[in-house]
Amino acid sequence: MEAATTRAPTVAPPKPRITERARAERKLAWLLCAPAVIAMLLVTGYPIGYAIYLSLQKFDLRFPDDKEFVGLANYGDVLTSTTWWSDVATTLIITVISVSIELVLGMLIALVMHRAIFGRGPVRAAILIPYGIVTVVAAFGWRYAFDPTSGFVFGLPLVPDTWQPLNTKAGSLFVIIAAEVWKTTPFMALLLLAGLALVPDELHEAAKVDGASTLQRFFRITLPLMRPAILVALLFRTLDAFRIFDNIFIIQPGGALGTESVSILGYNVLINRVNLGLGSAVSVLIFICVILIAVLFVKGLGTSTAQQRGET
Amino acid sequence: MQHTNRERALWSIAILVVLFYALIPVVWIASLSLKTPEEVGDKKFFSGFSFDNYDVVFSDDTFIAALINSIGIAGIATVISIVLAAMTAYATSRLDFTGKTLILSGALAVAMFPPISIVGSLFDMWRTLGIYDTWIGLIIPYMTFTLPLAIYTLSAFFREIPWELEQAAAVDGATPMQAFRKIIVPLAAPGVFTAAILVFIFAWNDFIFANTLTSTDNARTVPAALAFFTGASQFEQPIGAISAASVVVTIPIIIMVLIFQRRIVAGLTAGAVKG
Repeated sequence: MEAATTRAPTVAPPKPRITERARAERKLAWLLCAPAVIAMLLVTGYPIGYAIYLSLQKFDLRFPDDKEFVGLANYGDVLTSTTWWSDVATTLIITVISVSIELVLGMLIALVMHRAIFGRGPVRAAILIPYGIVTVVAAFGWRYAFDPTSGFVFGLPLVPDTWQPLNTKAGSLFVIIAAEVWKTTPFMALLLLAGLALVPDELHEAAKVDGASTLQRFFRITLPLMRPAILVALLFRTLDAFRIFDNIFIIQPGGALGTESVSILGYNVLINRVNLGLGSAVSVLIFICVILIAVLFVKGLGTSTAQQRGET
Repeated sequence: MQHTNRERALWSIAILVVLFYALIPVVWIASLSLKTPEEVGDKKFFSGFSFDNYDVVFSDDTFIAALINSIGIAGIATVISIVLAAMTAYATSRLDFTGKTLILSGALAVAMFPPISIVGSLFDMWRTLGIYDTWIGLIIPYMTFTLPLAIYTLSAFFREIPWELEQAAAVDGATPMQAFRKIIVPLAAPGVFTAAILVFIFAWNDFIFANTLTSTDNARTVPAALAFFTGASQFEQPIGAISAASVVVTIPIIIMVLIFQRRIVAGLTAGAVKG
């Protein structure tokens, strides 16, 4: 309610003469939006504010009486620890590799679906299964596929029994990235497919007449026109991959063997070590990282759409 | 356009590759779930065909409780967020007011929110408020992702509704209630339904909140229960039972996807592209 009444006038520049009807409409609109807006502010704004408050305290639930204000000391502890930086590196490695593979695979699947002469329905249904499946279930699927005692991968010809990916850091990251890519490529493919549909066929016909090859047409026409769609898909997926938690939790419990992502670190400090002060500092830093990534992408998106408008 | 046999063969291969890619881990889980403990180590597909693991899972109180928790929590979260989002989406797609873009971009920002950032706060607050390990304690944080998703998909769907029909009905003598019930509800229902499916899938999928804000059968949902499933003895790796439980929670998703695939795709891309 408060948001509805206090916000509308500040957001709306006072227009010279506003009709009674327009005012009523605006009021109704804010009344309708208020519950959802307030709910979203409450469930995200308040806890993040509380997290910032906690991050400035020395607060360990094992010693709740020792709670005291320590300023930015927790941030100092996190930022000077090697664990934080190696976890950031691990998270970025997983994010960059998986999103890159997803982009290429997603584009291939989108092209298959876009140009399909038959079988579009089965393909669409099939790729929605990884999308809809519970991440934890999918992670078990991948872990058990590479499980040393039962994984089918080791029953395949040409796979040496000595290769034990889940016993090494690189191997575990490989399985984690495979699981992440498998689960989220469909989403990428569907977003790219929607972008592909916006590329006019006439341009391709014209280029064909001018003698452009399929590859030339893809790189000179399809890709540039799809740039906004690609950036949006990349933004969604990058932020999502940066928050990776479920897959690591299942495939390499606790983030063992150096597979710990920043979210797993936050979990370990907050829930396992119940150090809410230090853990909240990690939480807030993750939040800041996500904002930074989003700002970078939105800037890229802004310039790309501006460029496109200038060109056409 | 006529397609040569070679083209058809190439497409068939491409489609088979995509199908293989999409299904292999699911098929593997299904295969594991049908194996007896002796067969689990044979590394072969569908070497066994026993339903023992399903018996184990369905006689396990923890799993049954988790199933009920998952359905209840995801269901209630879906209903609440769809109702709130439908009001918002109606306003943003039909009414003219400043702040419309602010609300939509705000919802997008909330959708990008990293859940781990509020897990600690909620963990502390919920213990103080006494709602740690309860349904409501999970339904509230689920709003962080169900509301933005519902607002986005519903706004995109509502923009496509020909609202003028309502006036046409009024001209023909229908009361506002009749016009709403007979014209608007049937037009909006498919979009609302699609948004509900998407939201339900997201809530059903959550692991991080379910893992951190629950501790017992009281509110633990299926993904968290699976992660902490230990089987008959603490030391036995209950691969078969976890696989069977995984199949049980995956079957409804596969059925929904098969029936509503067109709508789900429309809902997914509408929210992301047009927004």
